[in-house]
Amino acid sequence: MSTTSHGAAVRIEACGKTFADGTRALDPATLDIARGETLVLLGPSGCGKTTMLRIIAGLELPDAGGKVLFDGKDMTSVPIERRNVGMVFQSYALFPNMTVADNIAYGLKIRGVARDERAARVAELVALTNITGLENRRIEQLSGGQRQRVALARAVAIRPGILLLDEPLTALDAALRDRLRSELNRLLRALGITTIYVTHDQAEAMELGDRIVVMRKGAIAQIGTPREVYFAPKDRFVAEFIGAANIVEAPIENGALTLPGGRLQVEGGPTSANATVMIRPETIRVVDAGGGRLAGIVDSVSFIGDRQRIVVSGASSKPLNVDAPNTIQAKVGDRIGLSITPDAVRLLPSEP
Amino acid sequence: MSQKSFVWLCLLPLAVVTSAFFMLPMARLVVAGAEGPHGLAGYLAILTEGRYRATLINTVLLAAATTVVTLIVATIAGMFLQRHRFPGRAVLIAMLTFPLAFPGVVVGFMIILLAGRQGLIGDLSNRIFGEKFVFAYSIYGLFLGYLYFSIPRVILTIMAAVQKLDVGLEEAARSLGASPWAVQRDVVLPALAPAFVASGAIAFATAMGAFGTAFTLATNIDVLPMLIYTEFTLAANFATSAALSVGLGLITWLILALARTFSGSAVAAAG
Repeated sequence: MSTTSHGAAVRIEACGKTFADGTRALDPATLDIARGETLVLLGPSGCGKTTMLRIIAGLELPDAGGKVLFDGKDMTSVPIERRNVGMVFQSYALFPNMTVADNIAYGLKIRGVARDERAARVAELVALTNITGLENRRIEQLSGGQRQRVALARAVAIRPGILLLDEPLTALDAALRDRLRSELNRLLRALGITTIYVTHDQAEAMELGDRIVVMRKGAIAQIGTPREVYFAPKDRFVAEFIGAANIVEAPIENGALTLPGGRLQVEGGPTSANATVMIRPETIRVVDAGGGRLAGIVDSVSFIGDRQRIVVSGASSKPLNVDAPNTIQAKVGDRIGLSITPDAVRLLPSEP
Repeated sequence: MSQKSFVWLCLLPLAVVTSAFFMLPMARLVVAGAEGPHGLAGYLAILTEGRYRATLINTVLLAAATTVVTLIVATIAGMFLQRHRFPGRAVLIAMLTFPLAFPGVVVGFMIILLAGRQGLIGDLSNRIFGEKFVFAYSIYGLFLGYLYFSIPRVILTIMAAVQKLDVGLEEAARSLGASPWAVQRDVVLPALAPAFVASGAIAFATAMGAFGTAFTLATNIDVLPMLIYTEFTLAANFATSAALSVGLGLITWLILALARTFSGSAVAAAG
């Protein structure tokens, strides 16, 4: 088989999508995906992430003016069967009339690859995706996790330039999803293929993405590495969609947020009558009452396992969520102090 | 009353109707078939007697041809109608399924209007070639008539099956490089196989046993239902017509069973 350079660089240029009935699924968006990069399209349902994936795949045409380029070559009018993309569908879409091995080999068969070469490639992929021994099974005899692996093996078998995954783990139960997520991560790193991954699950996005594109209502809300979108969200939507966030609205005077429970230093905080800031629960430290800059009353304590979630009222206008280690002793009604470093307080643009 | 005896009581009407109108006449038919001068051997006449055997072969070939052509036409039409929205679609579907409302006699009448001695095709060919093409009264006319009433049944089944197809399967095949042809061959047609067997069986059984159309076109046609009719009413040959009836039923059933087994194992072998 030809040694395809694993992965093509992808560029989409001003790609929007308006459906025949007039609904705008995607605002014109421009995006560059580097060769070998794993890019995650993340957002709630209806945000346009799947539409964007389908435009890249060639299953949807962008509105006039939109362009899709692979390695600089214009692919906009090339149909999916000639784009050399591997695709994993949410439903897996495995062929029920073929065995596991025939499913994996299908793309090679279509390409006219000789029988022994196909068999060798199938053996290689079966080993890579941990489904050895299932080659002659029928699809209906497989569990959800096994189907997911077959779907992935089938998509990768053709040595695609780009791997497209549409919510590949969503149909699985939580425990299996976690296990397969790290397995998938290891596999994607090993393959080094350009990957575009659609999900609504921020944990998946964090673990798998080199970069995350957070989408909302058909538009890109933010593009950045997992750390960037987590620690420096551009707006309230991103802050709340990714991870847990305390959104606090209060005036800033003299570089400090004025709260009912005390004053909080804000890095480079401009004076403002009504500022919006984000504080991640795990960046708040519980200290003795009077020890911190903020003070409040413990509203509730929930044990989560590896840590505890303490809800503190009175410190801010709304109760604050605090993630504290289990070593901290706190009871409902206790008065505690809270310590937050200035760099953990993220100023967000005010929204109407 | 216990739950069990209540269920049995509910089944009683069904049992009465089944035995009175189905089991008893069937049993009588089977007995009658063996009451001819040749006894049980009368049953073999359908295979051994030259005229009967030729008619049997004729009938099976006609039914098979009807089934195959119906499936081809109805699959293409059904797939198109289910996948495309266009003005007049609803009217077209209504027109295509309209023949369901006609009895065989009317279908035969329409074939005569189309391809009979005074028919449209004859008129046209007379004007163009100076010769009348008349095929309504032959097995070709009958074939056309059977197509006419088989296609609607099959189209509806195929449309329902196409609607249930997972579009993702076709998209997956395309993403793997399959041309539109290959997608049809490897994904769509295998997925429709159960619908082909189900609707093809109905088309085949109907074509084996349909009588009204054959009777209307009559003169030149040797098919089993016609043969049974002539043996029964004209020759008053009860034993032979009973044996032929049982034979027709058995052979139709056997072919359908074979088709089902074969297609079932074909699907299994492909997978």
